[in-house]
Amino acid sequence: MSAIIFRRLLAAIPVLFIIVSLTFVLMHNAPGSPFSTERHIPAPIMAELEKKYHLHGSFWRQYGDYLGDLVHGDLGLSTQYRNRTVNEIIAQSLPVSMVLGSLAYSFALFAGITLGGLAAVRHHKAGDRWLMFAALLGISIPNFVLALLFIRVIAIDLALLPVAGWGSLDQLILPALCLSVPFVASITRLTRGGLLEVLRLDFVRTARAKGLSETAVLFRHALKVAILPVIGYSGPAIAGVLTGSIVVETIFGIPGIGPFFVNSVLNRDPFMTCGVVLVFGLFLILCNLVADILYFVVDRRVTMQ
Amino acid sequence: MALRDIAPHPRTLVLAAGAAALGLALFLTFFYTFGGWTLSAPADLTICNGDEPQTLDPAVVTGQLEGRICLALFEGLTTRDAAGRIVPGMAQNWTISPDGKTYTFTLRPEAKWSNGEPLTARDFLNSWRRALEPATASEYAYQLYYLVNGEAYGTGKITDFSQVGVKAPDNRTLVVTLNHPTAYFLELASLQTLCPVYLPSIQKYGDDWIKPGRIVSNGPYVMKAWRLNDYILLEANPHYWKRVPIRRIKVLPTRDANTCFNLFYSGKTDLILDQSSLPPTLLPDLRKKAYFHTNAFGATTFMRFNVKRTPFNDLRVRQALALALDKQDVVDKILRDGEPIANTLVPPGNAGYDPPRGLVRDVDAARKLLAAAGYPGGRGFPDVNLLYSTKGSASSGIATEIQALWARDLGITSIHLRGQEWKVYLNSMGSIDFDMCLSRWVGDYNDPQTFIDMFVSDGGNNDTNWASARYDQMLAQSESIPDPAQRLRIFHDMEKLLVEDEAPIVPISFMVGAVLYDPHKLGGFEPNFVDDHRWGDFYIPGKKN
Repeated sequence: MSAIIFRRLLAAIPVLFIIVSLTFVLMHNAPGSPFSTERHIPAPIMAELEKKYHLHGSFWRQYGDYLGDLVHGDLGLSTQYRNRTVNEIIAQSLPVSMVLGSLAYSFALFAGITLGGLAAVRHHKAGDRWLMFAALLGISIPNFVLALLFIRVIAIDLALLPVAGWGSLDQLILPALCLSVPFVASITRLTRGGLLEVLRLDFVRTARAKGLSETAVLFRHALKVAILPVIGYSGPAIAGVLTGSIVVETIFGIPGIGPFFVNSVLNRDPFMTCGVVLVFGLFLILCNLVADILYFVVDRRVTMQ
Repeated sequence: MALRDIAPHPRTLVLAAGAAALGLALFLTFFYTFGGWTLSAPADLTICNGDEPQTLDPAVVTGQLEGRICLALFEGLTTRDAAGRIVPGMAQNWTISPDGKTYTFTLRPEAKWSNGEPLTARDFLNSWRRALEPATASEYAYQLYYLVNGEAYGTGKITDFSQVGVKAPDNRTLVVTLNHPTAYFLELASLQTLCPVYLPSIQKYGDDWIKPGRIVSNGPYVMKAWRLNDYILLEANPHYWKRVPIRRIKVLPTRDANTCFNLFYSGKTDLILDQSSLPPTLLPDLRKKAYFHTNAFGATTFMRFNVKRTPFNDLRVRQALALALDKQDVVDKILRDGEPIANTLVPPGNAGYDPPRGLVRDVDAARKLLAAAGYPGGRGFPDVNLLYSTKGSASSGIATEIQALWARDLGITSIHLRGQEWKVYLNSMGSIDFDMCLSRWVGDYNDPQTFIDMFVSDGGNNDTNWASARYDQMLAQSESIPDPAQRLRIFHDMEKLLVEDEAPIVPISFMVGAVLYDPHKLGGFEPNFVDDHRWGDFYIPGKKN
């Protein structure tokens, strides 16, 4: 199995190379310069700026310089945050997003699987219908609406939690909740669907015939198989949630990496944009790999090859 | 299918438990290592500053939000009091030669860096050299072009700094020689670009010198912490020449207007400094609150015409559009912040400056001019575009409203809106790739010149293709006149040419800042025309300091 993991990681290198190169080309050709401001910049100073940030000379030279830096683990300088390297920005903001994301997703897994199980057990009863309606709402209501609603009711009207900010545990609750809602909804639906299929199978009937309680049947036997779609879904979902959300992080004033996915493009910050794309790509590849390994571990029918 | 074929491997449960434990451990490690848990120290004053600073290097800073923090950390030869007046800063006093070209500053004997080392005139000289050097790539270096040979050194034409008009004959004396009698040089001396920086730290750490633990400064505050997009923590500088009333200030880079207001509303922040940090829809209600304060801003919103393109190459068309524009409607319906409408470019607040009248709204006259230009009732008016930036909600609102107003009053229906992303907009404006362009200008200092000299022929910020030999000649004349009153009279004539006789631009409104704070909780904040509030003057009323 380790050989397969090694091969998958090796294959990730050309994939990352291609996405970074594409991003670099797009940023290079985007209209507007990273250094444009409302005030005219004299030509000699503009030339110095371009030199300092390795943005002078031909496209191939800039691209070559950047790839050379990348090989040494140097993601370049941010043109927007003048005294910071991209490495430094990512090192400061990615862990923040990961803290929030891991909390949100842990909650989503816990709540989603529980609610999905409940819905499956009460299939075609009122409880199931209400849960599925709630899940539909959870998927369809955009984050920013939910976040503002939570802030208005919980943080302002009831004054139970802080409205925004970062640094204490109570400041984590609202953003993590907002972030988790769409995942809770999806996981609920996936778990319910998986369980409904599995509950009809022979081995479940056997387990029931042995006289096991319905809870034991559900959680000890059926769920282990029914969870497979959730694992498949979680790979890309975790990659997304750990690399931050622009909406939730902006609204709650959280110093994570999420807003950089949009703002670095708007600021025409070429190396920062490539940096966040690289981070997301890396997470996506790793999380999918982990999901595949988990598939193999949970379901012995799957073979790794 | 038999049960044993699909039953999970016994290791599964162990693995799952292991994964859960690992996840929890990871979460806690991340949170306590990077979460800022231990770092978020309480402060005596928390300020919402609108965005994350791009840099705090005084030589490189150009933005207002960066400038504020910079001026809490650093101080120039002069500074401002709460009312915005120029007062002595690092310089105790100064003398000006009769021709207005030589300034001799005497530094305070107690002038020190935050590490306790004495601050000397050479520090100023070397810092100015650094700001001017092309390698520093300072976009504001032109604030030092007023010095003799400043521009030549800044653009690399000469490399001998001893030819530049600044000398330090002894530790406490700085002699500055200017090209022209520059009436506002004492204002410039208070800007961050002219603040001294601690060069040993820059030589040692390079770009990292500005980070906490490395930065040495000379202003009322020193930097204790700077976490990207999280907060900056400032603490009173014990070596500053004056006692600073508020000990610790926390600066939040909160970008979202709703979040800023929520923080203020729930008591988590004490001061909001920018109108862009307030939700526009709440403005009409906020204006009635005791914690709402307005502040003139020294900035103007205006429209640029590209005078090389038809129909704006025709003066009558430009004047007609200027005369017809219902600016009050734009302010009332779109801006809703009570901004005064503008018929001139230079905002009020410059003592002694008498502005021209400008083109005051007169729709009948406008219609006649438009008809004379060949477009009676707007018929036959060519397709033109109106460029604006989509950053923030105000610009697109103003552009849409103006399009509707000119259609209503002049019958022009062929104006097409062209909203562009900020950096693209700047590019289009800089290359004059537009017919009309909604613009704004924030003055660098409190003098009409910072507005007037934009429109000199081929000026870097002219961006209208308008060129007037008479205008250039008057500007040159104003620079050599030591008599302030006569200089302001020339500016009056120049502005008349700009906004009445030639009209390459249409002024729309003078921007007003909106500030939120509770006067019972914060003192030392006075509205002033330069919108420059030094944090070292803030105090907490009733608290014994």
